[in-house]
Amino acid sequence: METGLFFQAMIYLAAAVIFVPLAKKAGIGSILGYLIAGMIIGPYVLGFVGKEGEDIMHFAEFGVVMMLFLIGLELEPSRLWRMRVSILGMGGLQVLITALAVAGAAMALGLSWNVSFALGLILAMSSTAIVLQTLKEKNLLHSDAGQGSFSVLLFQDIAVIPILAFLPLLALKGLNADEVNNHSLISNYPGWLQTIAVLGAVSVVVLGGRLLIRPLLRLVASTHLTELFTATALLIVVGITVLMGLVGISPALGAFLGGVVLANSEYRHELESDIEPFKGLLLGLFFISVGSSVNFPFVIENIPAVFGIVMAVMTLKTALLYWLARKFNSDKKQSLILAFGLSQIGEFAFVLLTTSQQLGIFTPETTSLFMAIAAVSMAMTPLFMLLNEKLILPRVDDSKPEDRKEPDNIDEKNRVIVCGFGRYGNIVGRFLKANGVNTTVLDLDSERVELLRKMGLRVYYGDAMNYNLLKAAGADTAEMIVIALDTPEKCLDVIHTVKKHFPDLHILVRAYDRADTYEFMDEGILHIYRETLDSSLRMGVDALRLLGYRQYQAQRAANIFRKHDEKALKHLASIRNDRQQYIDLTREKISELEDFITSDIRQAETSRDSGWDVESLREEVREVNRNKGK
Amino acid sequence: MSRILILFAHPRLQNSRTHARLIQGFDKIPHLTFHDLYETYPDFDIDVEFEQDLLLNHDVFVMQFPFYWYSSPPILKQWIDLVFEHGWAYGQKGKALKGKKLMAAISTGGRQEAYQNGGFNRFTIREFMSPFEQTAKLCNMTFLAPFVIHGTHLATEKDIMEGAASYRLLLNSIAEDKIDYDELIRMNYANDILPKLSNQG
Repeated sequence: METGLFFQAMIYLAAAVIFVPLAKKAGIGSILGYLIAGMIIGPYVLGFVGKEGEDIMHFAEFGVVMMLFLIGLELEPSRLWRMRVSILGMGGLQVLITALAVAGAAMALGLSWNVSFALGLILAMSSTAIVLQTLKEKNLLHSDAGQGSFSVLLFQDIAVIPILAFLPLLALKGLNADEVNNHSLISNYPGWLQTIAVLGAVSVVVLGGRLLIRPLLRLVASTHLTELFTATALLIVVGITVLMGLVGISPALGAFLGGVVLANSEYRHELESDIEPFKGLLLGLFFISVGSSVNFPFVIENIPAVFGIVMAVMTLKTALLYWLARKFNSDKKQSLILAFGLSQIGEFAFVLLTTSQQLGIFTPETTSLFMAIAAVSMAMTPLFMLLNEKLILPRVDDSKPEDRKEPDNIDEKNRVIVCGFGRYGNIVGRFLKANGVNTTVLDLDSERVELLRKMGLRVYYGDAMNYNLLKAAGADTAEMIVIALDTPEKCLDVIHTVKKHFPDLHILVRAYDRADTYEFMDEGILHIYRETLDSSLRMGVDALRLLGYRQYQAQRAANIFRKHDEKALKHLASIRNDRQQYIDLTREKISELEDFITSDIRQAETSRDSGWDVESLREEVREVNRNKGK
Repeated sequence: MSRILILFAHPRLQNSRTHARLIQGFDKIPHLTFHDLYETYPDFDIDVEFEQDLLLNHDVFVMQFPFYWYSSPPILKQWIDLVFEHGWAYGQKGKALKGKKLMAAISTGGRQEAYQNGGFNRFTIREFMSPFEQTAKLCNMTFLAPFVIHGTHLATEKDIMEGAASYRLLLNSIAEDKIDYDELIRMNYANDILPKLSNQG
């Protein structure tokens, strides 16, 4: 029994450890890796895990709860309030229209109205786990698409409760909800009491978060036992889950609420870092179990039906979502990302399908067909998004004037253009400004642009790789462009545009690490700044100082180090494609540098401060004295 | 023909009236290298090897700077500390600079009268120059009389233009070896040799 559990754990972990890095390497993202791992260890391929995969899935769904708790932590109530239009508007319309469209199609195909509506509601759901995790991995959570997706998913989470309540009405056999929803303690109570219970539970979460949890966390933190803090963090999430389970609300929703309540707390980051690994593991487990639940024999038997319906549903959802996102003012690219991202059928479908089957709305065959469809559609999502990213997005031109969110009109001309005003670019920009150099700032984060504008800074929204925008920003009269975007790819895009259309501009570019430094060097860029080099060296200098070195000695050592490192970098850039040679040379350069800073060698070698070293002079004086003595 | 190296040390060139003017027109003087120390080494991290090579490739070194606290701005002292190495510039084996010439070209806010024995600053410029002079001596170099622009506090635009023209004339004469070094070594001010030069020209 014990070994059995460990054997299982080993299988799951091994599958993850093997397939996820492979998937990452292949550029298809970790989620697809987990899904593939699940399919392979699942009952139909290697058979390492059998039916218990589904139990594990239920357990692993707890990862989704944790994820929403974490998202809640990052979302202050005021921001949530600002999102109300997109949550209710976009989310509400998405669920409503998708459900109606699917129901209509199903009825047209001859299904009965109740089955059609149940299907509509079920297929309208998307997968919180897959979408948010993918967006996070692609660093898109804070983009337009990320925010929109989140709004829709949040609405769906909320909508599950009324849908669960609504499904029994579709059951023609006269079964009532009590027999099915027996997981909820209060389902036997009359409606008004249930409502009160739900409200009560929510207030427990909100008030508890405000009044109880903070003092509790303070108490726990004062014990300085880190594992106890982790336990408390888990307790909070598990506790909320249990409470929500009692009143029949989605635990994810409850956890989200709990997170929002604690978003302002001073323990927010501590909670985040404690929950994060559990969330990651459980979500991985969840994806693996989704993968292993794909019933291959069944899917293969019903290939036309499964894939036909998957394609139809995903196409329909994508089209609808795109239309909605455009209506809600996203640009084309962001709308596409959102639409493709949310196109699958989500994990709620598993719950709703089971419930519907218990209610007698679906036959067991229909249920397993749609279970398979949901799983396949989830598995297809990363592929879909990849397809969108590689094939469709590059062909979409967002610069057309018909776009609602077109680049801002720029009415100033400065000597310097700064692209990207995040944590890096803003320092450059502020420094220039402090020295009387005005800059024209371009940024792609609409929220940040809005915020900076409120603070009175002249910042313009737009993608700096866009020729027209650069021209409007005065690239043909400016002297210099500072490219401080947060990914090397985006920086490269801008470099290409600038080199092609504005070859006279000085280009100063922020680099993330050596790899992209090389790429920028290949582009012939002269001014490349590795974003961490200076501050790490400054930290190194302080470290030496605290160890008792003289400040000036440490400072000069840092100067030598930097110059040597930059020289070595240029050399390494030229041979980096020859792997062995690269490794050899790197080693050589490192040891050369070590030698160089070691004080013994400093005296013999071409040191820079031997002018202050009196050893040779003393030697000479001693010798003169000896000669005199003779 | 003498190759001149200007070792220029001015921490606030952007606010300078005198030196900004003095360094104009260097491109018309043959074999002259202008080396801006504050611009090259903002972190005072002097590349000794590079500097020594530079010295070997020139014949006359002109340290040009505003006179601060009766001496040079700090980077020039740092430069001397590090570049004139024992065993290279001085000492029993240090003969690299033998026969080269060192000169100062400076500006002072105070007028010439202030730099006299019994005057406001009590010593003459030539006396204040003694550390530089002895540095040259120790490194087997010839120290030439300093070129000085006095009274920059009250100088008019025209005064400075004239000073700059004199400076260019001096440098040109050195570059073309049209100068009596024996006389220049003995003088208090290199400026005093100028009348003879303009007569020649």
